Amino acid sequence: MTSRGRTLWIVGVVVALAVAGIVSWYASGSPDGLEWAAEQAGFAHTAEGSATAGSPFADYLWNGEENRLSAGASGVVGVLVTLGLAGGVTWLVRRRGTPAGKN
Amino acid sequence: MQTMCNKVDVVHVPDGFLDPATSVSTGVLAAGTVALALNRARAELDDRTAPLAGLTAAFVFAGQMINFPVAAGTSGHLIGAVLTAVLVGPWTALLCMTAVLLVQAVLFADGGLTALGTNVTLMGLLAVLVGYGVFRGLAAVLPRTRTGVLTAAGGAAFLSVPAAALTFVGLFALGGAVDLPLGAVASAMTGVHLLIGLGEAAITVAVVGAVLAVRPDLVHGAQGLRTAAALQDRRPTAAGAAR
Repeated sequence: MTSRGRTLWIVGVVVALAVAGIVSWYASGSPDGLEWAAEQAGFAHTAEGSATAGSPFADYLWNGEENRLSAGASGVVGVLVTLGLAGGVTWLVRRRGTPAGKN
Repeated sequence: MQTMCNKVDVVHVPDGFLDPATSVSTGVLAAGTVALALNRARAELDDRTAPLAGLTAAFVFAGQMINFPVAAGTSGHLIGAVLTAVLVGPWTALLCMTAVLLVQAVLFADGGLTALGTNVTLMGLLAVLVGYGVFRGLAAVLPRTRTGVLTAAGGAAFLSVPAAALTFVGLFALGGAVDLPLGAVASAMTGVHLLIGLGEAAITVAVVGAVLAVRPDLVHGAQGLRTAAALQDRRPTAAGAAR
């Protein structure tokens, strides 16, 4: 990566971590579009609990603790895991050896 | 204070909304398309763009955590499919959206495991297909300027949300868990998702605009601007520009 590319990447990761770890505290707690529509139309009751409901990060809270540390840490973990997974897969499938040996 | 610590409630399609046959079908469709994307994304990814793809997925994960209020008592959140497709290309976008939805389903119990194929089909495949198609169509008729690209991205992002919502209604018609008048499901889904689409467009324009401002050469959907960008920017390489 060029130094400008690296700067963009670092700034981007910091912004994503801040959004998931801090801004998420202020997200609206109202039912989202699908949830609301399901209630309106009358099929919300058909939702089943997820098989992963026992995950320590279920519902974006560490062990279900409803506080900022728990919510923020969950967001940070999610960003890092997503970055690793998507970044890893796209890095593996990329074309190797950029022409003219750039970067 | 209600805002002190809201439980983040992204809410994708949970288990149970659709019958097993429909879930299996969307699962097969999603798996097949992702396999194809693993092959096709290669053309979009190189040493420069692959890091941006991982970053974009991480940003979409973060962005989806932020439910914004829409109408009274309802909220919506980013999908991010158009944002990702415009930044890193449509096949890569499908991979990125799948990674986000997989992490959400497995780690955060957001969106059911049996509904993962449905969520990938709606927010990955469908939103990318419709959104990127609309983006390409609009970009072809709009001026090849930054404003033109951003307008096309915003319009496409707006439409991708009701398109995904209506596709869910279609799946519900095929294999909904309960028999309901479709009109009621469609009208409930469409109205609120048109409003959410406005938020999707605003976030997409802001993020694509920010990347265009600093690194226009990295933006997949702005390749037509590359020559102009290169004039005011450091030229990448002749080989890079020719790709």
